[in-house]
Amino acid sequence: MKVLVFCEQRDKKLKSYSFEALTIANRACGGQSANVAALLIGSGVDALSSQLQGWGADKVYLADDGRLTHYNPFHYAAALEAAMKSFQPDVVLGIASPMGRDLFARIAPRFSAPLLTDLIDVKEDLSGGTKPMYAGKVLAKVVFTKQTLRLATLRPNVFAAKQSKGEAKPEKLALSLTDDIPMKTLEIRKGKSEKPDLTEATRIISGGRSLGSAERFSILFDCADVIGATVGASRAAVDSGYATHDMQVGQTGKTVNPNLYIACGVSGSIQHMAGMRTSKVVVAINTDPDAPIFSIATYGIVADLFEAVPILTRHFKELLD
Amino acid sequence: MKILVLLKQTPDTETQILVSSDGKSIDHSQSKYIVNPYDEFAIEEALRIQEKTQNCEVVIASFGPVSARERIVKGLAMGADRGLLIDNAGWENCDSLVTAKILAAVIKAEACDLVFTGKQAIDDDNMHVGVMVAEFLGWPHVNVVTQLTLNGEKLSIEREVEGGQKEVYETRLPVVLGAHKSLNTPRYASLPGIMKAKKKTLDVKTPKDFGLDHSVLQTLQQTLIEGYVYPAQKPKGKMFQGEAVEVMVAKVVKLLREEVKVI
Repeated sequence: MKVLVFCEQRDKKLKSYSFEALTIANRACGGQSANVAALLIGSGVDALSSQLQGWGADKVYLADDGRLTHYNPFHYAAALEAAMKSFQPDVVLGIASPMGRDLFARIAPRFSAPLLTDLIDVKEDLSGGTKPMYAGKVLAKVVFTKQTLRLATLRPNVFAAKQSKGEAKPEKLALSLTDDIPMKTLEIRKGKSEKPDLTEATRIISGGRSLGSAERFSILFDCADVIGATVGASRAAVDSGYATHDMQVGQTGKTVNPNLYIACGVSGSIQHMAGMRTSKVVVAINTDPDAPIFSIATYGIVADLFEAVPILTRHFKELLD
Repeated sequence: MKILVLLKQTPDTETQILVSSDGKSIDHSQSKYIVNPYDEFAIEEALRIQEKTQNCEVVIASFGPVSARERIVKGLAMGADRGLLIDNAGWENCDSLVTAKILAAVIKAEACDLVFTGKQAIDDDNMHVGVMVAEFLGWPHVNVVTQLTLNGEKLSIEREVEGGQKEVYETRLPVVLGAHKSLNTPRYASLPGIMKAKKKTLDVKTPKDFGLDHSVLQTLQQTLIEGYVYPAQKPKGKMFQGEAVEVMVAKVVKLLREEVKVI
């Protein structure tokens, strides 16, 4: 079996979850690093190939072009297509990030190839795996039914990255990119926050409607600053205008997977818990001892969040200073 | 101009999803159905463009079961002109590539200029179909759209990616756009709107009507859901109540450090 791994970068920074996909690819090929190739797409990304040494792939395809500075579905799909035609993989593997999801859905019809997205468990021979549905309320056992070319993306931060031999020799891909495409990526506008996105965060502190106002969310931000957490919110808090849409955790928000999730004044609706159920440790703070959130909490504190959170922040500070 | 909105019927977000006793399917006997929440933003955006554009028709199309009719009617009540249901009988469990192939054929037959859809359906959570439809048509697509401006044939669009970052695109019609939450606030159907919707055209067709034979679609179908399980239950946690908040918090912080080692 041959596996091509799309290794994602933004601003010439390799996404660490690329190593997770490489690990799975190498395992599928029985440790035969000659059968694994990585693909880097960008502008001036040749220097990144050395970071891929010792990660299970002997070859790194470089799609390097000024037009590839920012993600653009047309150009990136052209680069991926070129790598696929050159390497002739059985499986193309990526990560279910915003870029990975977009690119893989774009390339699948071009090869009439099946696509499994957001796998949280994968069979060793990559013939299928497990994928959350309904924001994680259930898990589906999914399989490819044919042994032809197939595509899959893995959920980030789920699979352990493990180093193995792999020379990661760079090979420049011959590309024929044209400016005559119906869409241009003008720029990437930076977010306000330097914090990792909720979907990538290892620590999250989130608030519910009982915060009562946008201003009062500041006690969560204070705590988040101390432990390097990203602040999230329930749908009720977002709908009340206390938090922005990109902060929403749950079925119509983001599905998160942190090591630590601190829920403050979040009652725990079905759709909220679906989005954060896979958090490794959950701390819940709520005045209502019957709040559903306590059913999935590792540690529950029945208390007023306005009293408990500042104390929590102080304790974290003492611990980490 | 003709705008087509792709709509999917999904179970309500507050519905408990039940796995059938043989584990092979989802038991929907208790499910309450809604318009996929993101599709409401798609409908709203189409209607806003219609309000600013002369001779603009908004069509709502859905590939789904006959019961999805009611969902299309909701879109008509919001203000769309016409509905189109492509009956998925025989294809209830088809994968996204098959769905996209069918919808691409519908879009071609309808000769539309602009296609809106929700950024993802909240049942299978794939984010596949809108993007795949665009590729089948050879059109550009932008998914997870948070802002857009249409100026003649040209559009400038913002797409949300990780870390609150936005990718800013410039594109032109025809294009497929996947609506995200912050794009707009969907209107409620008015009472006259609901009355009018009952009289609007809602055609029911099959994939065959769009020239797609069973065999063509069968070759595309290459994935299968073999069964479903519930996620593992978390072991019962430790509850703290009735003590001074200071004491309870101190205990939890100690456990976070020493027992689960996450701080």
